[in-house]
Amino acid sequence: MNFNLPDNKYKAIVIGGSAGSFQLVTRILATVSKDFALPIFLCLHRLKHVRNGFVEALCIKSNKPVVEPYDKEPIKRGMVYLAPANYHLCIELGNTIALSSEDLVNNSRPAIDHTFETAAYVYKDKLIGILLSGANKDGALGMKKIKEAGGLTVVQSPEDSLINAMPSAAIAATNIDYVMPIDGIIDFLIELDRSYKMANI
Amino acid sequence: MTPLFTDNGNDIDIADVRKLTDLVKQRYGYDFKDYAMSSFRRRIKRVLELYKLKSVDKLIAILDSNTDFFEEFISEITVNVTEMFRDPTFWKILKEQIIPNILLSHDKISIWHAGCSSGEEVYSMSIVLQEMGILDKARIVATDLDTAIIKKAQSGTYSMKNMDVNRKNYQRYMGVHSLDDYFKEVNGEAVMDKALMQNVSFRRHDLVQGAVFSKFDLVLCRNVMIYFNQTLQNNVLNRLHESLFKYGYLAIGSKESLIWCEIANKFIVVNNEEKIYKKIKD
Ligand SMILES: C[S@@+](CC[C@H](N)C(=O)[O-])C[C@H]1O[C@@H](n2cnc3c(N)ncnc32)[C@H](O)[C@@H]1O
Repeated sequence: MNFNLPDNKYKAIVIGGSAGSFQLVTRILATVSKDFALPIFLCLHRLKHVRNGFVEALCIKSNKPVVEPYDKEPIKRGMVYLAPANYHLCIELGNTIALSSEDLVNNSRPAIDHTFETAAYVYKDKLIGILLSGANKDGALGMKKIKEAGGLTVVQSPEDSLINAMPSAAIAATNIDYVMPIDGIIDFLIELDRSYKMANI
Repeated sequence: MTPLFTDNGNDIDIADVRKLTDLVKQRYGYDFKDYAMSSFRRRIKRVLELYKLKSVDKLIAILDSNTDFFEEFISEITVNVTEMFRDPTFWKILKEQIIPNILLSHDKISIWHAGCSSGEEVYSMSIVLQEMGILDKARIVATDLDTAIIKKAQSGTYSMKNMDVNRKNYQRYMGVHSLDDYFKEVNGEAVMDKALMQNVSFRRHDLVQGAVFSKFDLVLCRNVMIYFNQTLQNNVLNRLHESLFKYGYLAIGSKESLIWCEIANKFIVVNNEEKIYKKIKD
């Protein structure tokens, strides 16, 4: 597949997932290179009361460090940020992350919609949103916001998803630029990584 | 039929947020200018949806003409979500280390809950102190910006639905009894034992503009400053620092940090996992 990736246009990637997405995220983190330029924000549905273990599990195969940020942590290039248990992860003005203990959204805290919406507001057309397998409609509204702000939208194809409710809801909510199986999403990230490295030579 | 996606489409501009915070400041004296944009914009949007208002200008017009509406506005714009024994391990450390340490050098203990919301945190504290057998040695002040939520805290009445989470947290904290020993179920609601509140005084206090009013051995300000930007966090932290006795303790939310704050060098970290700090310099 050929991807239309304007040179160095994008500034950040947000990834949302729920049931059936953990293995995929592990694969993604094992694929992107150590010096992958963009910050990645991960919002994955998780148990509210289990604070430890998740980030460690993601780190095992990741080429890049994965952290659960503190409130108002400055965003750094090339870092991977995971929404902590029982907090929404939002992108704040001034290149920082803001956490929030607001109500559950779509039965979840962290909620993908909050991460996606705030990222779309801050990064505008310089954001890539990726939505993976999951069991509810969280992330659909967020994808719509990313699209409306001019960002790039990528969704795992429902047939390829273990649980297709989340991808399907996003596809129904807005125009998705790339609907593809996880292998395609991996190729896309490799291509993106390469385009950044080329542009830097 | 409920629509699949409830979204009125309008995004809130920063310029509109400014107009709103200016009006509220000038008309009512409250200052929301330095609240974190990501959540504050969302709260405004929520208020618009709740009252079916088409624009921020409409909201401004109502706030300007109808002063009775203001208290409701404050209740809706603030985030009041809370739990009893939130972060059970935090409460365990308080019981096993922090409170015993304070009592080594004092026979009384003074505690401030800054941003107490509906009071779950305060009841948790009283239960801890009660189970340690020192509730009568405590003086507790619990404050919040939102008058309606303070009334709720004083009434100590919670929906039974919320008690599930509270019970689970209490068990994880490893309380010596059952949480059910501390409340009675009345008409489907949990009514907390009033005796727990014997040494607690609730009052309205604004962390942004309120003066330092007393000094404490232990200040809890958990999940309040996450709704502020960094400038405001620094200001409020200075005030919290002033409100502590030297060698007193400050507890913030488990995902908050003092690392980026100017005041950090006047504290040492006592427990990094639970975000408990000790004031070591005036
Ligand atoms: C999310 S609750 C925190 C409750 C509890 N401390 C906890 O951690 O579960 C935040 C509270 O801070 C209060 N608050 C917001 N701005 C404030 C201010 N300027 N002064 C005092 N309280 C404020 C809100 O009304 C709300 O009740």
